[in-house]
Amino acid sequence: MLEIQGISKTFHAGTVNEVRSLRGVNLTIDEGSFVVVIGTNGSGKSTLLNAVAGTFPVDTGSIRLAGKDITRWPEHRRAALIGRVFQNPFSGTAPHLTVAENLALAERRGLSLGLGRLLPGGARERIRSGIRALGMGLEDRLDNAIGSLSGGQRQALTLLMATTLRPQLLLLDEHTAALDPRSADQVVRITDRIIARDRLTAMMVTHSMQQAVTYGDRLVMMHRGQVVLDLRGAEKSRLRPEDLLQRFEELRRADLVDAAAADMLRRRYV
Amino acid sequence: MSLLLGALGMGSVLALLALGIFVSFRIFAFPDMTAEGSVTLGAAVAAALLVAGHDPVTATAAATAAGAVAGTVTGVLHTRFRLNGLLAGILVMTALYSINLHIMGRSNLPLGEAQSFVTLTGSLAARFADHDGNVQFMGRAASAQDLGLFIGAAIFAGVVCAALYLFFHTRIGSAMRATGDNPQMIRALGSNDGMLITAGLALSNALVALSGALLAQYQGFADLQMGIGMLVWGLASVIIGESLTGSGKLGYLLIGAILGSVLFRLLVAVALRWGLDPADLKLVTAVFVLIALVAPGMVAQLRGRLAGGAPNA
Repeated sequence: MLEIQGISKTFHAGTVNEVRSLRGVNLTIDEGSFVVVIGTNGSGKSTLLNAVAGTFPVDTGSIRLAGKDITRWPEHRRAALIGRVFQNPFSGTAPHLTVAENLALAERRGLSLGLGRLLPGGARERIRSGIRALGMGLEDRLDNAIGSLSGGQRQALTLLMATTLRPQLLLLDEHTAALDPRSADQVVRITDRIIARDRLTAMMVTHSMQQAVTYGDRLVMMHRGQVVLDLRGAEKSRLRPEDLLQRFEELRRADLVDAAAADMLRRRYV
Repeated sequence: MSLLLGALGMGSVLALLALGIFVSFRIFAFPDMTAEGSVTLGAAVAAALLVAGHDPVTATAAATAAGAVAGTVTGVLHTRFRLNGLLAGILVMTALYSINLHIMGRSNLPLGEAQSFVTLTGSLAARFADHDGNVQFMGRAASAQDLGLFIGAAIFAGVVCAALYLFFHTRIGSAMRATGDNPQMIRALGSNDGMLITAGLALSNALVALSGALLAQYQGFADLQMGIGMLVWGLASVIIGESLTGSGKLGYLLIGAILGSVLFRLLVAVALRWGLDPADLKLVTAVFVLIALVAPGMVAQLRGRLAGGAPNA
């Protein structure tokens, strides 16, 4: 279970570039829930995921995962509990290491490394069967440098790496956005299958309305650093892409009104 | 013959330097200026201890450890205090200049009659030599001393190379390779990338200092200036090695660094024999490295243009 309480984050505080990315976000995610996070550009959805992953320290609030207060933990320590897949297919793997080496390192996520051999006898077969389960025909490319694979193949392998050791939380940050439509579809299907199979708790940021309505059992919409919509159960399963687009349109209009009102006030009083 | 053997021996000693530069520059993509200071540090520590009457094994081991400490300091400056990597190396290199002077007590410290690996191999080689101090090597008479030194240094380099190969296939060694490739991934997998970089720099500088310690014994003295240009020298060896083996596989790259070091030393020996002014040596080395780094990109661009396609550089 993930409990986010009142976290906020301001970048470049006190300068002209000040950005209030998160403004008091509260979110509790139950064990085994698959939450889809959507929002406009700059709404803070990726920032929220990065705050949970520990890319930067939050200004206020607390984050608890699996009963532990991880608010002050550095990124690499949180990784013992959290599996991650990034938007950029290059971020999740070491290109010059082979497929087998990358996965063998993932098998030690959060564990001490030590001077043992990375690929002892038997490790290759175990890794091969894990890759075979992806159904992408990559099981014969164990000794290829992972940098020689396509973006979709790398994302699928990164996903496998993030879930090889069962994480308490899986963070997917627009992990299909940089892929061609066919690969994106393939990767998101694999994602859904692995989450269902291992009953993982997951947060998936996406720009695709289709993905947002098709996958997950809960939907959270972010806007200006806050959660503005939180749907689950029947409400979530009834959702159609048109409904979401309408919500976005409403938010956009509200922003326009806000801006117009601010402008009017400025003209009158300043 | 003595020119050849001298170059081979020196090349093998400097191969350890090339391996150290390979670790920092190629595995971690870290241009580590510390190396210039730790060559001298290794030489200074080894020379000071040998002159004080310690045995060569202790002296060389202490020199290696000193190099590891220097690398650790650079690593901590870079990862803990977020200093630019180049600057962190330069700071430590500059500080080492004074430290080395203190260790040696003066700017040049001859080993004199002190026992060293060189005197040890010398007395060992003398057993196989005739009364002129020569042995038959490849059908010619060669100095047993020179041949012994070359064989000793080559074995040393070979053992270190094998150890590095094994190390970089352990879990922690592989994590180091991955850190140089993609530190973000290594953090996401729960390892402290800063610690791995620091350990890598310690390893790199330990190798460089080991090379310096052997170099001092080989030359018979330690000199405060001996580190200048050594980073570029090691880099040249690594680059030659890469083009010699033409493979991206770790084993080939390690062996390539050794072969590159020996070949580069040979080229230099021949060039000096043909009348290259020793004063120009570092200029020539720098230009060589520049060309080796820039040429592949230029060739690719040229090929792209010749093929009629837009250059994709």
